[in-house]
Amino acid sequence: MSDVLIVLIPGGETPSRSELAALGFGLKAAGLVGGACDALLLGPNASSAAAGVAEHGARTVLVGDHADLAKPTGEAHAAAIGAVAKSGGYRLVAGPATTAMRDCLPRVAARLKAPMASDVLALGECDGSKIGITKPSFSGNLLADVDLVGPAAVATCRASSFDPPAATGAAAPIKAAELPATLAHARKKFVEMNRTPLERPELTEADTVVSGGRGTRGAEGFKLLEELADVLGAAVGASRAVVDAGWMPNDFQVGQTGKVIAPKLYIGCGLSGAIQHLAGMRNSKTIVAINKDANAPIFEVADYGLVADLFEAVPALTAAVKKHRG
Amino acid sequence: MKIIATIKRTPQRDTRMKLTPEGGLVTDQLQYEVNPFDELAVEEGLRLREKHGGEVIAVTVGPAGLSEQLQTALAMGADRALRVDTDQPLDPLQTATALAAAVRKESPDLVLMGKLAIDAENGQVPLMLAELLDWPHASFASKIEVDPAAKIARVTCEVDGGLETVEVGLPAVITTDLRLNEPRYASLPGILKAKKKPSDVMPLAEVADLPEQGLKVAAYHTLPPRQAGEIVESVEELAARLIAKNLV
Repeated sequence: MSDVLIVLIPGGETPSRSELAALGFGLKAAGLVGGACDALLLGPNASSAAAGVAEHGARTVLVGDHADLAKPTGEAHAAAIGAVAKSGGYRLVAGPATTAMRDCLPRVAARLKAPMASDVLALGECDGSKIGITKPSFSGNLLADVDLVGPAAVATCRASSFDPPAATGAAAPIKAAELPATLAHARKKFVEMNRTPLERPELTEADTVVSGGRGTRGAEGFKLLEELADVLGAAVGASRAVVDAGWMPNDFQVGQTGKVIAPKLYIGCGLSGAIQHLAGMRNSKTIVAINKDANAPIFEVADYGLVADLFEAVPALTAAVKKHRG
Repeated sequence: MKIIATIKRTPQRDTRMKLTPEGGLVTDQLQYEVNPFDELAVEEGLRLREKHGGEVIAVTVGPAGLSEQLQTALAMGADRALRVDTDQPLDPLQTATALAAAVRKESPDLVLMGKLAIDAENGQVPLMLAELLDWPHASFASKIEVDPAAKIARVTCEVDGGLETVEVGLPAVITTDLRLNEPRYASLPGILKAKKKPSDVMPLAEVADLPEQGLKVAAYHTLPPRQAGEIVESVEELAARLIAKNLV
């Protein structure tokens, strides 16, 4: 009872940085509790992503592909994970804090009668009776040191807080996971997924993010941000106000209740910096703020602040970067 | 339709929490309100009742002080309230177990819950409750359409990568997200009426199989401070800084 199971629902045929970072969290936890880390890959991409995961230090990679996971629901994921977790007797079952994992792991915790930690930022003291973690609380304004007490525990981890493990040069064995014949809940069905067309890098994967607030005044302002993003190879993000106004899709929202990101460079334009937004980006390595209002709270966390109208400053910055890159 | 909307009380939005030297929370003089995501759940319950008839019951787990937040829900328009009474702090699985007992007692068609409480930021109780009841769930709802005759809810969910639509057979647990609705303010007549609405209390002792507390907060601490940096005077200066740091 000292092994760790990391669950991934691969988005593509090769594991992403954040998926591997979750494996990094699992390997670290396994080291602390004195066990090994297995990976469980679920869904249609599980088989193809398995090889890429197997090179990064897991003991075994379990592949769970099943007809009920082709158009999965949280209930189906929970049934699959619950079955593997119970048969393997894992000390800790965890995955990255994506919406898909947040939509199934609490059910797994209830199945296992185990405590759960959400959005783990760091691991603390672990022993036979507890797993210590640090997580955000109070809109990201405080950190809580939490003990998960008992023989088993469940967690989601914030992928941006952990490093992807290096390739080991050896590949772990890949095995089929033993899943129940039926995973679907009789009273739940997937209807459709309307994917936001993505022309730029994904927010949680990007090294650079250009983000806009109410000061962009809508589509016109965002066009300028997108031009800068394209020159930088950056992702585009938005504040809650922008998403509420319908200027950008919901999954572009950076903040406590949107995406929590930690890119190398974050450029916030026309963004005042509400605490809920800061909770989503304050761990960025370098923060740039461009805002007309010199008193905007975002300047309190920015490494570089420019008090200026974004409609003039952003195109000028785009031009300067273009010139620099030749 | 019989709808339960659950409520947690949380410190007022944008409260800067103070800590004791030992890392405990200073709770004297804290002003509480209904957790903002739970307010969306109450509002959605009221809208569904206005459309399909039935009743909305505001349910919470906690000490007598929570009556104030239940009054808010009643003043908004909920028909009655139910509180599972306990002074002890419960962890998410314990809370879900207590709520499951209240839900079994009421047998509603639907349980609406905020997707997250803004204090603990766990986001676990709704799905734990659904699992304990063996009900289906839908998370992060931005649109809920109910067909009471067919006993089905069609829910649009805000997920990574876009919007997902699912169908859940009722009874079900649905969690509410930011863009679902705009909660109404309690009117003065609503506040006056609220005092006369029934409010029941269920002792925690009536909850069978309450698990041991598995999640314990050892201490809180403040975030490592992030120092404000430099104000640059021009775009040229900003570009020069970013180029010097090899960031662009």
